[in-house]
Amino acid sequence: MLGAGARPNRHAVNIVERPIPKTRAEVSTVAFSAYAYLFSELISYAMDRAASITELEERLDKVGYEVGTRMMELLSYREKTVRRKPEVLDVLKFIHSTAWPFLFGKPANDLQQANAADDEYMISDHDLLVGRYISVPRSYATFVPGSIVAGIVRGMLDAAGFPAHRGGGGGGGGAPQKSTTILVKFEAAVMARQAALENARRG
Amino acid sequence: MSLIYSLYVINKSGGLIFSRDFEGASRLDLNDSLRLASIWHSLHAIAGQLSPAHGCGGIELLSAESFDLHCFTSPTGTKFLLLVEPQCPQVPALLGRIYELYADFVLKNPFYEVEQVIKCELFDQAVDTAVRRYPLMLLSQPAGQGQMLAAGLS
Repeated sequence: MLGAGARPNRHAVNIVERPIPKTRAEVSTVAFSAYAYLFSELISYAMDRAASITELEERLDKVGYEVGTRMMELLSYREKTVRRKPEVLDVLKFIHSTAWPFLFGKPANDLQQANAADDEYMISDHDLLVGRYISVPRSYATFVPGSIVAGIVRGMLDAAGFPAHRGGGGGGGGAPQKSTTILVKFEAAVMARQAALENARRG
Repeated sequence: MSLIYSLYVINKSGGLIFSRDFEGASRLDLNDSLRLASIWHSLHAIAGQLSPAHGCGGIELLSAESFDLHCFTSPTGTKFLLLVEPQCPQVPALLGRIYELYADFVLKNPFYEVEQVIKCELFDQAVDTAVRRYPLMLLSQPAGQGQMLAAGLS
């Protein structure tokens, strides 16, 4: 129990009693097996309640969104960034190289801008942890377990003030077995702000 | 020698839920496999009851002239049968590895219903890889060590 003014104990067993700031080395991990069972149950739960594959992905996306908004809060606190960076690329890099290691223990494999449109970016991962044990049957052929990660990304962007459309995780064929690509499409307001920032910088 | 012929998985009520042949061994008819699986299930249970010693878990190894049949029973009653060449070493370790893969790729797959037929693409691939790497496993682990799980072969 934490009394008034009591010092948070570094070695407190209970996770809610541990201090929020942590050094990188201290980031705790959970057993992958336990996580995989939980995620499997989450999908089964969503499957029982969804009428279609799209709805199933939307449900996962919603769960991910809730995770994402909270994670942005926690990570920005831990990173000790004093100022919020208003650039689109900054927040994407933050997701790519800070949030990803926190979630999956490694940075995402790729972050790039879509060729066709200025407001679209892609984050790819060649072996997304969430889908490692999941074989998708033919009747669910278009289902991508990565949609929960798409939701997390959307939640983080929204919490950071960069509302984006649900891009959805596109399962890419490609060489390394199963690479997952998350398409981020920013809303018009974000791009307008980005343009204004660039104009201001130019003078 | 170390040839692995086939793998069968039998659920706790005696139904065949997975079968795979390696080495292109003569395939049994599906109906035959199903029947033999349930016969093996009964034999296993009978052997457990016949045994004069207490706590007998059933048949673990059936040695024949042309093949060995190794059987591994999980705590929940799922049986894994491996048909191998006679005198293959380290087969229990391989069975342990396959059980591990079953726990990962089958039980953690939300599309799999427990006790039903296993149709998991990733499990098929993982089993194939494990069997292909079995000769390597023999090299890395000197015979005579009764280790159940072969670490570092994932």
